[in-house]
Amino acid sequence: MEQFTLNLIVVGLTFALYVGIAFWARAGSTSEFYAAGRGVHPVLNGMATGADWMSAASFISMAGIIAFGGYDTSAYLMGWTGGYVLLAMLLAPYLRKFGKFTVPEFIGDRFYSQTARLIAVICLIVASVTYVIGQMKGVGVAFSGFLNMSYEMGLLVGAIIVAVYAVLGGMKGITYTQVAQYVVLIIAYTIPAIFISLTITGNPIPALGLFSNTAAEGVPLLDKLDTVIQDLGFASYTAQTDTTLNIFLFTLSLMIGTAGLPHVIVRFFTVPRVADARSSAGWALVFIALLYLTAPAVGAMARLNFVDTMWPNGPQEDAIAIEEMPNWVQNWERTGLLAFEDKNGDGRIEYWADEEKNEAVKVDRDIMVLANPEIAGLPSWVIALVVAGGLAAALSTAAGLLMAISSAVSHDLIKSMINPAISEKNELMAARISMLVAIAAATWLGLNPPGFAAQTVALAFGIAGASLFPAILMGIFSKRMNSQGAIAGMLAGLLTTVIYIFLHKGWFFIPDTNSFTDADPLLLSIKSTSFGAVGAMINFAVGYFVSNATQQPPEEVQELVESIRVPKGAGAAQAH
Amino acid sequence: MSDKQSSNAYWRANIRTIWICIAIWAFVSYGCAILFRPLLSGISVGGTDLGFWFAQQGSIITFVILIFAYAWRMNKLDREHGVEE
Repeated sequence: MEQFTLNLIVVGLTFALYVGIAFWARAGSTSEFYAAGRGVHPVLNGMATGADWMSAASFISMAGIIAFGGYDTSAYLMGWTGGYVLLAMLLAPYLRKFGKFTVPEFIGDRFYSQTARLIAVICLIVASVTYVIGQMKGVGVAFSGFLNMSYEMGLLVGAIIVAVYAVLGGMKGITYTQVAQYVVLIIAYTIPAIFISLTITGNPIPALGLFSNTAAEGVPLLDKLDTVIQDLGFASYTAQTDTTLNIFLFTLSLMIGTAGLPHVIVRFFTVPRVADARSSAGWALVFIALLYLTAPAVGAMARLNFVDTMWPNGPQEDAIAIEEMPNWVQNWERTGLLAFEDKNGDGRIEYWADEEKNEAVKVDRDIMVLANPEIAGLPSWVIALVVAGGLAAALSTAAGLLMAISSAVSHDLIKSMINPAISEKNELMAARISMLVAIAAATWLGLNPPGFAAQTVALAFGIAGASLFPAILMGIFSKRMNSQGAIAGMLAGLLTTVIYIFLHKGWFFIPDTNSFTDADPLLLSIKSTSFGAVGAMINFAVGYFVSNATQQPPEEVQELVESIRVPKGAGAAQAH
Repeated sequence: MSDKQSSNAYWRANIRTIWICIAIWAFVSYGCAILFRPLLSGISVGGTDLGFWFAQQGSIITFVILIFAYAWRMNKLDREHGVEE
């Protein structure tokens, strides 16, 4: 059977499964649409959170970025897992006790201010839309590879499918669908990794294979990789090349962003008890760690296999001849994400670090995971499985984010500020329209994304970490924090971070409108993806000084803070 | 002991637990994997050094253990202070 037909069958089957589950558990009332009626077991909730969390950035993009970035990119691994520790200890249990539906609702009530709530809605929308742009890049790569079309066409097809998918089901559909998606994506990620690890190191567990000897030469895998890529002029894989300051701030940005992203926090509103919010975070991280411990192995082995493909007999011998290029190369060349140029006209493609003589002129990092099973020559059903897994990852997160955006618009903005008398039917309609608008905007910006999928998503984390995380944290841990402090802090964190990002990535991510680049950033060595940590510090500082210079929060708000600190008396969420 | 005093004591115990967990959390990630990596470069792990292992796997494993340890400790505190649901 042809690869394409097989891809179609496997992707079709998994989709039928998700849509079936979504219909089976179709959302009825608005309360179910937002928070799934709160009856979800911590292990299942953890699994669904895992699927919700692991997006195109984790599944499709991250290992490719690690493959070409080595040690420096460890920030992604630590950042996107370490945030769960913060979530479990600093936010989730108290927000569950608070017992409302959305993050802006908490901010509005805790800071007794509709203005604070409005600003939280804005922060949420800016962070989530940026996040969806990253997902769209991943969706575009996956569909273009799978349907053999250009990246732009793949993006368009993907956007339509995301739209249909997200508008159809509410959170309830999504919770159970996401459990299924988690299972599909973890199998799809692990199986090729096991095959590849077995071939290269003889160890069936990729996470252990990474630190094992190669089967062929009997030298440590990482040693071999270091030697091979240094021969081509690249920096050593295991050595640090970025500055310590930037790696530190980048890791911190991703961690606080994890804890500040509304679509993840919302998950913890759906567990039955406060204690379950803590253990749910633990279970979520267990399921996430299964992929995150495998990812660095996938990255290192993919890099090695890629070099082997380009230099079949090693860099001392001839490079690969154009007519001997394997199938996967031709497939990905068609998408425009992989490009070669035979500069010296010898009929061979030479892969070097040196820009002058490198002939593999474009290797989009985001294709590595999807192309990996083909590069390693794995059976075609494995390739089909990876395509299905990548789509599951991208769709589940895009849907979760679009839920967060639509509930912020319909519930926090329209229902509580603009038109409180809105009917339930119109509220649902507003939710769906805001989803479609968000998808359209993200798709348009996804045509020229500000970076690879995981880098774009990292920007979203910086924005969430700089704006929402400090406000929620201070709302719980400081009784003194008042509305003026929170509002000034959120605005300062959001604006400094967004402006810093726009200065480096272009205004509103429009290409060529940037004044600086991440290679030569404005402040010290702080790249735009790392600035979220600085923005958060600014937020904390501004919040602290402004609140101390203004009135104490009212008595009843201080009592509210007291009450969310203890689990006792947490009921079901209050409907409005 | 009044409810108020009991919940204050509960909150202080919670904060103490959080600080301990945060210290471990920062030590493995920002410490071992980033700042102290040069100091740990003498300890080799499968073709590279301990800092690299912490950066790519060790931190993640520690994070998982930390959350469950925190959840377990808090469940105990909830009961001791009579604030469980």
